[in-house]
Amino acid sequence: MTTASSADPTRRDFLYVATGAVAAVGAAAVAWPLISQLNPDASTIAAGAPIEVDLTPIAEGQDIKVFWRGKPIFISHRTKKQIDDARNVNVTSLPDPESDQARVKEGHDQWLVVIGICTHLGCIPIAHEGAYDGFFCPCHGSVYDTSGRIRQGPAPANLPVPPYAFLSDTKIKIG
Amino acid sequence: MSGPSTYQPQNKAMNWIERRLPIFGFMHASFVAYPTPRNLNYWWTFGAILSFMLAAQIVTGVILAMHYTPHVDMAFNSVEHIVRDVNYGWLLRYLHSNGASMFFIAVYIHMFRGIYYGSYKEPREVLWILGVIIYLLMMATGFMGYVLPWGQMSFWGATVITNLFSAIPFVGESIVTLLWGGYSVGNPTLNRFFSLHYLLPFVIAGVVVLHIWALHVAGQNNPAGVEPKTEKDTVPFTPYATMKDAFGISCFLIFFAWFVFYLPNFLGEADNYIQANPGVTPPHIVPEWYYLPFYAILRSIPSKLGGVVAMFSAILVLAFLPWLDNAKVRSSRYRPLAKQFFWIFVVVCILLGWLGSKPAEGGYIIAARILTFCYFAYFLLVLPILGRIEKTRAVPNSIADDVLAKTGSRKTPMVSTAIALLAAVSLLAMGAQETKAAEGAAQPPAVKWSFSGPFGTFDRGQLQRGYKVYKEVCATCHSMELLHYRNLAEPGGPGFSTAQAQAVAAEATVKDGPNDEGEMFDRPGRLADRFPSPFPNEQAARAANGGAHPPDLSLIAKARSYARGFPQVIFDFFTQYQEQGPDYVHAVLVGYQDTPPAGFDLPEGSYYNTYFPGHAIKMPKPLSDDQVTYDDGSPQTVDQYARDVTAFLMWAAEPHMEARKRLGFQVMIFLIVLTGLLYFTKRKVWADAH
Repeated sequence: MTTASSADPTRRDFLYVATGAVAAVGAAAVAWPLISQLNPDASTIAAGAPIEVDLTPIAEGQDIKVFWRGKPIFISHRTKKQIDDARNVNVTSLPDPESDQARVKEGHDQWLVVIGICTHLGCIPIAHEGAYDGFFCPCHGSVYDTSGRIRQGPAPANLPVPPYAFLSDTKIKIG
Repeated sequence: MSGPSTYQPQNKAMNWIERRLPIFGFMHASFVAYPTPRNLNYWWTFGAILSFMLAAQIVTGVILAMHYTPHVDMAFNSVEHIVRDVNYGWLLRYLHSNGASMFFIAVYIHMFRGIYYGSYKEPREVLWILGVIIYLLMMATGFMGYVLPWGQMSFWGATVITNLFSAIPFVGESIVTLLWGGYSVGNPTLNRFFSLHYLLPFVIAGVVVLHIWALHVAGQNNPAGVEPKTEKDTVPFTPYATMKDAFGISCFLIFFAWFVFYLPNFLGEADNYIQANPGVTPPHIVPEWYYLPFYAILRSIPSKLGGVVAMFSAILVLAFLPWLDNAKVRSSRYRPLAKQFFWIFVVVCILLGWLGSKPAEGGYIIAARILTFCYFAYFLLVLPILGRIEKTRAVPNSIADDVLAKTGSRKTPMVSTAIALLAAVSLLAMGAQETKAAEGAAQPPAVKWSFSGPFGTFDRGQLQRGYKVYKEVCATCHSMELLHYRNLAEPGGPGFSTAQAQAVAAEATVKDGPNDEGEMFDRPGRLADRFPSPFPNEQAARAANGGAHPPDLSLIAKARSYARGFPQVIFDFFTQYQEQGPDYVHAVLVGYQDTPPAGFDLPEGSYYNTYFPGHAIKMPKPLSDDQVTYDDGSPQTVDQYARDVTAFLMWAAEPHMEARKRLGFQVMIFLIVLTGLLYFTKRKVWADAH
């Protein structure tokens, strides 16, 4: 390294570049498992498999809370008044515009299935509370309606709807 | 503290920092411009290898700690959870467990290098003593780490080693109780070992900093043992030593990868795949191979306190080496007698290691006593006497002269390398041997398995047949609690589809609850469920099986082994043989004899088995011809059932084996390419220095 050999600098450089490149690839290949292990492991993924919920015990006007992937899910059996209240609204005036029809399954309008985590900072809202008889979050005062949509307060978005499907009229599969 | 450096960073931002905290100049002086003797051989790369291994152990260890549970009821299963479920968990676990062995191999080579070349002599005494401290910390860390998986060896090793302190007069028992945090090794012990095992490597790192600092004060020793006199004697650390160390590390990684990917349990004990049982001591308790020489010394002294004192003294005597050996000449290259005694000492250490793995009986004890005497004699008699009487050869005038000299000094590293490598492998292999020879069980015949060897894979059809045998025959009495139904659909296994695995799960009945009435209820199994156990608890299992507990079969293929014998165990290292467990399981299944041989006293309620240790097994012959219907036309014989169910059990014990071998092949190719590139880079860099 004291005197650069002018005879073949490119050959030496190529060797150094090749070694450096292979070493860099190796470093990346080593880093990948170290990062991947942070992702959910197989048992966590298995525990997060879809769940089936029987709707028959839920009377009109009642709601239950189930857990899926560690998150609380509200399942409400809505009354006709609650459905009408949710639909008699100018959708464009909502902070997060979304029609009630888009948030329920066709033919099953009385069933509202939402993730019970306030979209502000993550507290669990209380059902049948607030100005719209929907949900009310006590942490910072967000108010949701009977479709789980944000109406007042700091929350930016409606209560999310988890992926779910009706297996029959009385059974849904969440996830 | 460091060599000459008038380093000024070019970059403005770096300059700003440098004025306030001269870290770049410090790094430059210590690791770039630092004058390194130009005649160092490859034994000097082990310092860098050790630093690398410390970092590797810390990184893999911190990650393992993210998934491990340090509670006696959950520790063993949490380790299996890591290996089975965590992404690349099997890789992290094997890197860490084999990394510990690699760490100790490197440290022993590093220490032997120091002894041979007199690196402990003035002015490097403190450097050497710091090294002894690091070694002691490593031993403590390794001991506590081995306890964490909470296997049989973990628990009983912990019991034996903590009980050593009871040898101390008056306060011994109180100290042991203090260490345990209870009346025996238990949960408080495990928890504190976890905490300390996490802590000590960072203490080691701190002492390593001091170690390197002390090194830089005196400068490195070199094979000639002559201090650098002029600039011609040294080269800047970067790129000369850096590239040489990088090449050395790369070679070492190939050796490391050989274990991790192809022989992950070669250096371990099968018994540690059995969950800790405070009521049953394994027939042969052995520590990990790196403690075996000291274990032999401990057992060779008939007195309890004497044995403990001898064992600790064997380590502490190292600290006195600079004063025990006062020869003026540093390097054994120029000390013909010292050189010979050094190699004898190496052999003594290896033999002590081998004896540590043997039962403390008969000729072994006598040999251990003689060798213990030899061990101490080397330090306390040989070296002091040699220092006085030895006629040394002429030492070169300077390092530069040593490099220019053409007398075969380049050849000896190769020879000693070969000897040392052979010695290292022998030590590992002999230490890793099982010591089950005493009970006179016959050696199980080696079966040809589809999953053996570097490219071995499971035969899907065989695994499916094996699962059928397990379900229809073995599951009546044997649980398999580490398996979930979803495992049946995972790649590298029996190859069920998700729907098929779901159907298999639904056939099983699983207990769940409590329901809203507060009662437990039965329901069909789901993918996420574990294989249900045939008995609700161990007592029920024993009651139904004549007092014997049918062991859980999840890990049986790795929890059983047999002694392969020397030199077979050396060949096993190269052929990657590690099918002792499956060979044994298969042999037991086919090894029943209706009538025991003449003169054998078979206890009531037992059956004679050729391969079961002690020959009397409580399990009646489980397999008979045509017992299970095979849909694929395979022979419905006992031998076929035994092979199929054993293959299934091997998969159950090691579900990611195929992924491990596949990744291993890619890693080996990569490392060979990288090592080659680094070799030529190193040669190019050194071209003008030789």
